[in-house]
Amino acid sequence: MKVVLRNPRRELEMPGPLTVAALLDRLEVNPESVLVIQGDTLVTRDVRLSDTDIVEIRPVTSGGAE
Amino acid sequence: MKCRVCRAPAVLDIRRHNAAFCREHFLTHCREQVRRAIDDQHMVAAGERVLVAVSGGKDSLALWDILVDLGYDADGLYLGLGIGEYSDASGQAARGFARRRELALREVDLAADYGYDVPGAAAATHRPPCGACGLSKRHVFNAVAVEAGYDVVATGHNLDDEAAVLLGNVLRWETGYLGRQHPVLPATPGFARKVKPLYRLGERETAAYCVLAGIDYQVDECPMAEGNRHLGYKEVLNALEDRSPGTKAAFVFRFVDHAHDRFADEAGTEREGLRACDECGSPTTGDVCAFCRLRERVGSRAVHAQ
Repeated sequence: MKVVLRNPRRELEMPGPLTVAALLDRLEVNPESVLVIQGDTLVTRDVRLSDTDIVEIRPVTSGGAE
Repeated sequence: MKCRVCRAPAVLDIRRHNAAFCREHFLTHCREQVRRAIDDQHMVAAGERVLVAVSGGKDSLALWDILVDLGYDADGLYLGLGIGEYSDASGQAARGFARRRELALREVDLAADYGYDVPGAAAATHRPPCGACGLSKRHVFNAVAVEAGYDVVATGHNLDDEAAVLLGNVLRWETGYLGRQHPVLPATPGFARKVKPLYRLGERETAAYCVLAGIDYQVDECPMAEGNRHLGYKEVLNALEDRSPGTKAAFVFRFVDHAHDRFADEAGTEREGLRACDECGSPTTGDVCAFCRLRERVGSRAVHAQ
């Protein structure tokens, strides 16, 4: 599957099938700090992603607090 | 996963609530959390005018959207910070949202209206840019609210922001700051009331709200915030949250409910010493407020550089 990452924007290929939870675990991404987007909607941790899927892992953490 | 409410396929799980939601019920959940925050903390009374501090990011646009959906009379204020392409994209997001929802967006530009920008202020003060940015926002949002007759300034500070600030204040036992850290700062002479209606929602929820509500927001991180202290606090808190869901909410909510009052006197003592700034008239503890001192410092540096 194609995985799109942000900040900085980059793409990588991961072999599927894989659950969202397993994908984040492999990438060592804390699930609390991202959304996983497939198409125009979000997917939960238990969703199984196939080899042909395209997903975006979008960080949600904003800095710059006073 | 299934939606806790209707059992349809879920789009987001929130581990601290031990729940997942479909799109429709997640949007309802967000509105309900904001309504509860406003009601529980008496943030906005019926008929009051709200000025929303709009950055073009997920939090402020979600906040503005929800406030309008809940029926509040809410205008936006966008402050141009002069941070290159990041500010350009942020302004576009704010204007695009206001246009699509047919809402009133006020705009102030630091460079055009005050003669400096955030990168220039950081260079002149040799301090992290977030300090000058926060100081500028606090001053301008309050000044516009007071001048234009708004009752309340609403900011997009979310649960993660509050948890990170609280952790920083506790680690250093900043008792004055702890006394001022609350979802509502009451109005005082020269200051509009300030409220944080998103303090019950995590930033994962505000980002999800924007995606699911079809709100285009500035996704990229501010380039000047990279490596700042609060991002480090958030990373630590998210590691704790991952191991023990609900940690951030318990940290913030229990502080607000059970500990804040213990520090309120310190904040009150600071407010008692306020007088009008000689330059702009804003409340300050000295002769000239911190915002005017910053402007003077950036301006004198520009003169020296010529």
